[in-house]
Amino acid sequence: MTSDTQTHYESAAEALPIGTPRHHVVIFGVLLAFLIVAPLVLYPVFLMKVLCFALFASALNLLLGFGGLLSFGHAAFFGSASYVSAHAAKVWGLTPELAILAGTAAAAVLGLVIGALAIRRQGIYFAMVTLAFAQMVFFFALQAPFTGGEDGIQAVPRGHLFGLLNLASDMTLYFVVVAIVFGGLLAIYRIIHSPFGQVLKAIRDNEPRAVSLGYKVNRYKLAVFVMSATLAGLAGATKALVFQLASLTDVYWTMSGEVVLMTLIGGMGTIFGPLVGATVIVAMQNYFAGLGAWVTILQGIIFVVSVLLFREGIVGVVARWIKKPL
Amino acid sequence: MFELLGIPPQALFGQLLLGLINGSFYALLSLGLAVIFGLLNIINFSHGAQYMMGAFVAWMLMTYAGINYWWALLLVPIIVGASGVVIERLMISRLYHLDHLYGLLLTFGLALIIQGLFRNRFGVSGLPYAIPAELTGAQNLGFMFLPNYRGWVVVASVVVCFGTWFAIERTRLGACLRAATENPTLVGAFGINVPRMITLTYGFGVGLAAFAGVLAAPIYSVNPNMGADLIIVVFAVVVIGGMGSILGAIVTGFGLGIVEGLTKVFYPEGSAVVIFVIMALVLLVKPAGLFGRTA
Repeated sequence: MTSDTQTHYESAAEALPIGTPRHHVVIFGVLLAFLIVAPLVLYPVFLMKVLCFALFASALNLLLGFGGLLSFGHAAFFGSASYVSAHAAKVWGLTPELAILAGTAAAAVLGLVIGALAIRRQGIYFAMVTLAFAQMVFFFALQAPFTGGEDGIQAVPRGHLFGLLNLASDMTLYFVVVAIVFGGLLAIYRIIHSPFGQVLKAIRDNEPRAVSLGYKVNRYKLAVFVMSATLAGLAGATKALVFQLASLTDVYWTMSGEVVLMTLIGGMGTIFGPLVGATVIVAMQNYFAGLGAWVTILQGIIFVVSVLLFREGIVGVVARWIKKPL
Repeated sequence: MFELLGIPPQALFGQLLLGLINGSFYALLSLGLAVIFGLLNIINFSHGAQYMMGAFVAWMLMTYAGINYWWALLLVPIIVGASGVVIERLMISRLYHLDHLYGLLLTFGLALIIQGLFRNRFGVSGLPYAIPAELTGAQNLGFMFLPNYRGWVVVASVVVCFGTWFAIERTRLGACLRAATENPTLVGAFGINVPRMITLTYGFGVGLAAFAGVLAAPIYSVNPNMGADLIIVVFAVVVIGGMGSILGAIVTGFGLGIVEGLTKVFYPEGSAVVIFVIMALVLLVKPAGLFGRTA
């Protein structure tokens, strides 16, 4: 039994920060090319769902994989952003870009409040605190007058981007979502490989040491928490426009669990893991939707198997094979 | 008829009683979590699911085997506790050398599986479980009616909580347990089988959850989701109390139940979130929790 606070996630992505590795550029390029061609073959709404969750999981991974902080309440940011942007688009009649911005800003503020409280505890307590606050947000969403209770906010208008581009067409919206999510992913990549990201990894690997080196650890933790919450909010706000719906599902703890699962099976602390994880889980939910409650059981089984036998995640294993950080 | 702050006394005492009952469950569940955390250093996320299992196993014993409530109270913790022992041996014991968060993730997955299986088999509508004949009826206390069964729930959980406290803090076995919490290697060197102790501790903690489940069965309807939301509130209770102390878990559990009950009287809208608000305040003022020690 270990009692040390030095956490070691079995990640394979410990890149030395000398420029951008060429294979990362290639992967991002291939990914973008694939995303441009994909809607010709695959259903765009499905792809948009995958993209939103890929961004959501990547946001969580920024906190979990690189900051070493397990938030079990990220649905709070995803869901509240989705509510705020849906409300902004439907009731206030804002254009989609402003609605998304409003939702994202709401998530950032919420992230600042919850983060400031949660980082006062560490490890397992941190997970419990975030989960409890997320449940509080859930109860708020259940009772607040503007969220529509059990019905949620339905029939959210997609509107015209910048007042010009009609997003009612799935194809048009798809490319907007690609731009948002791809931008989000690049931002996360940039954060991870910045000096800030290096300090973050130092805190994750050995917090007392980072403290003794003179870093204000709590400020770094809070900063990464707010960034992660903001990006999760961006994903949630975009999702609200795609499905024209904000509902209690988005803020419930099962959503927090799902996004942790995506990160876990894709590979914690890898750059591309959450994308793979989100694709696997969303595809599974889509194709096995007819199985009803079995989907939950299947998710539980994947959780257990991943933790027991497969902690590196899919991308982590591939990274080990090709001996390159992914 | 006198009134207190504009609230009729029946309503006030009624909610206080409800609060005390919720508090009984918070105390039993957070106690189980604290016992497990003390020795295994993991948070048992499946605690809520195991509480639900307790209620269901009691229902199944009654329906399929005709075993009554009193035997269920004894048998169910043993049965569910045994399932906990199996889980600890097969799965959790493989994670002790890793970060404690993996234990949380594993038990979360287990909770999904258990809840999903019961939902598949029994659906989401609740199943009735009758109050045992000996405990039907109510006492007139002058200022309110006290249903016998509810009184029994409070008494039973107080007895079990303090029994557990006594066993851990005042007996030789408890001394070994506490020693193993501090330094498992040294205790092992004295010839005590620490891994077995860990396994049985997990089984005991799970058994406590199952016991709470049996107590809850006649009050709340027996349904697969009964533990899911409850466990999150219990997590908040645990954060407020701090898991360093057994007595702390018990006192915080009962105390917060009562606070929640009072909130229902004076500000009903806030009753669902009052415990989370208190958690936020405690984090601001005393981050280690009311009874916790700073690590």
